[in-house]
Amino acid sequence: MKNKLKFTWDVLKLPVIAVIVGFIVGAVCILIAGSNPATAYAALFRGSLGSIPSFGETLYKVTPILLTGLSAAIGFRCGLFNIGSEGQYVMASIVTVAGAWYLQGLPSFILVPLLLMLGILSGGVWGGIAGILKANMGINEVISTIMLNWIALYLSNYLVRTVLNPSTILGDISKGHTVIVPDAARLTKFKEFIPAFGYSSAHTGILIALAAAVGMWFLLFKTTLGYEIRGVGLNPQAAEYGGINNKKNTFLAMFISGGLAGLAGSVQILGLVYMVNQSTELPGYGFTGLSVALVGLSHPLGCIPAALLFGILDNGSRQMQLSGIPKEITKIISAVILVFVAGSLLMKYVPEYFEKRKMKRSGVDGGKQASAGAGKEGI
Amino acid sequence: MNTAIILAVVASAIRLATPLLLAALGGVFSERSGVVNIGLEGIMIFGAFFSVWFTHITGNAWIGVVAAILFGVIAASLLAVISINLKGNQIIAGTAINLLAAALTAFLLELIWHRSGSTPICPDMLTSNPFKFLEAIPILGDLCKQFTPFVYLSFMLVFVTYYILWKTPWGLHVRAVGEHPRAADTVGIGVYKTRWTCVLISGVLAGLAGACLSVGTVGLFREGMVAGKGFIALAAMVFGKWHPVGALSGCLLFGLCSAIQIQAQSFGIDAPSEFLAMVPYLATIIVLIGVVGKAVAPKADGTPYEKD
Repeated sequence: MKNKLKFTWDVLKLPVIAVIVGFIVGAVCILIAGSNPATAYAALFRGSLGSIPSFGETLYKVTPILLTGLSAAIGFRCGLFNIGSEGQYVMASIVTVAGAWYLQGLPSFILVPLLLMLGILSGGVWGGIAGILKANMGINEVISTIMLNWIALYLSNYLVRTVLNPSTILGDISKGHTVIVPDAARLTKFKEFIPAFGYSSAHTGILIALAAAVGMWFLLFKTTLGYEIRGVGLNPQAAEYGGINNKKNTFLAMFISGGLAGLAGSVQILGLVYMVNQSTELPGYGFTGLSVALVGLSHPLGCIPAALLFGILDNGSRQMQLSGIPKEITKIISAVILVFVAGSLLMKYVPEYFEKRKMKRSGVDGGKQASAGAGKEGI
Repeated sequence: MNTAIILAVVASAIRLATPLLLAALGGVFSERSGVVNIGLEGIMIFGAFFSVWFTHITGNAWIGVVAAILFGVIAASLLAVISINLKGNQIIAGTAINLLAAALTAFLLELIWHRSGSTPICPDMLTSNPFKFLEAIPILGDLCKQFTPFVYLSFMLVFVTYYILWKTPWGLHVRAVGEHPRAADTVGIGVYKTRWTCVLISGVLAGLAGACLSVGTVGLFREGMVAGKGFIALAAMVFGKWHPVGALSGCLLFGLCSAIQIQAQSFGIDAPSEFLAMVPYLATIIVLIGVVGKAVAPKADGTPYEKD
């Protein structure tokens, strides 16, 4: 029992300390701004968890970042850095709006799942491109996905301005956003069947995200595909030697990762936004997703509390602002958490480290020499 | 008429390329030594903010530039500590710097000026041509009229960077550390020290790039004003195959595409501006794929080095 507790603490130490440090730095900033940290944090939690509607609003904020968190997590598990969740999110959003518009007329129970599938597929394809580039040409996925993000953004802007603009479809004046998703394609709001949710925007998307988390846990830890993906992440050479196809699994991991980011886009569009705006900036959910995955230790179920944390920070900031405290504090807290996670030998949780530790644990000098020779100079 | 348009486009392309070039050169230093610097974006945000703040305090934009460099170095040292000493993940460290920069500057903006969005206009800017005598040259003079001190500085730094990295012993050390740190270590090159120096240099350059955007262009700081330019700089550097002159060509390509977008109306071109904006990114992917000579990153780029 004691051992088990110690093990749990060992695993959870890093994110817990990171969060505490984040809140301490946040408190210092609040003091600098001339306010009382206790009042500020009380406002933060009251604003995000204080009532059912405010909790509902938090759930709404959690939805996309839980999905992009899962997207980042599966990438990490395969040793991949999917910075491209942003672009995959954007592609899925625009495809979802297009699909919702052109397929309207279908009954809701067919249309909604179909659109979600379309979102997964378009995000998956966008991630899959980076996967193919990585698997077949060895192109670093960080670089290729940065390019793909901006290409996606401009493609989306083009479609918003032309093909999907209300001016083209409805003959309205030209607008900075697409046509609006018809009612039949929208996800149900919680308040429609639980009135207590009041003003909040919580919608069934959170259930989809939670299901995705459980699904990813099952995929990663209970299926052959998940085993292979983790194998590639832990040690590509060993995996290859053991008969696992690195290329195929790299592609599949990027495809699934992209699909999850795409699902985030779809769910966000069908849940509340209902359209895509022209934008000069990437939406940012992908980067938050990286934080979610890291604090969640790249474990699909760990992403749930992590996403909740970032959702609370995001949603509570408004209440803090009403109490006269700059809302940027919560962003500083998130950033500090990430700095801390990055700094505290984060490699512990990225696959390569497991490999090194295993070598170290096997202890003998021979193992050490082997790791010095092979492990260090460029994995 | 036509020459006027072409001159306008060229001048605007060069002006737009300048901040990218400064940051991209920072990327060249950092990545040649083996540290991926995704944090260029955040360092630029710091540079843009602190140059404006110190210009407001002192009334002298040059002091603002010095502040930008100083805070660029501080931000870069965070990346250096995490990625070199703590052997943390460089991509995460860079992302953290980006988020931190956006949050911290927005916070300070509110704290100092009690407003969000943007600062007031600076009392002093660096937006005019410092070399008046060049304006006497026909045609070229018209271009020079529109150049800021940053333009001259960035172009000069391309050759300085090339000279340092390819023509001096220390430059050879840097590239050795980026390719094969263990071998470099064996012959007595301090891997950590070299990487630290390079990351700090990238902080100087990206800080300058930020100052170029604020005091060197619009004379104020606006939230979101960097808007991905750090990532563009990174793309330009990859397009230029981790080489300063290549990075210059990448930045000019990005600058030209934006300039044409801005001036497209006077050209009467109907090409959708979004596709023009996309061109440099597509070009970078094409370069990566190796259609026109493969771009290969320094071998140890992104890998922490552990001493025995």
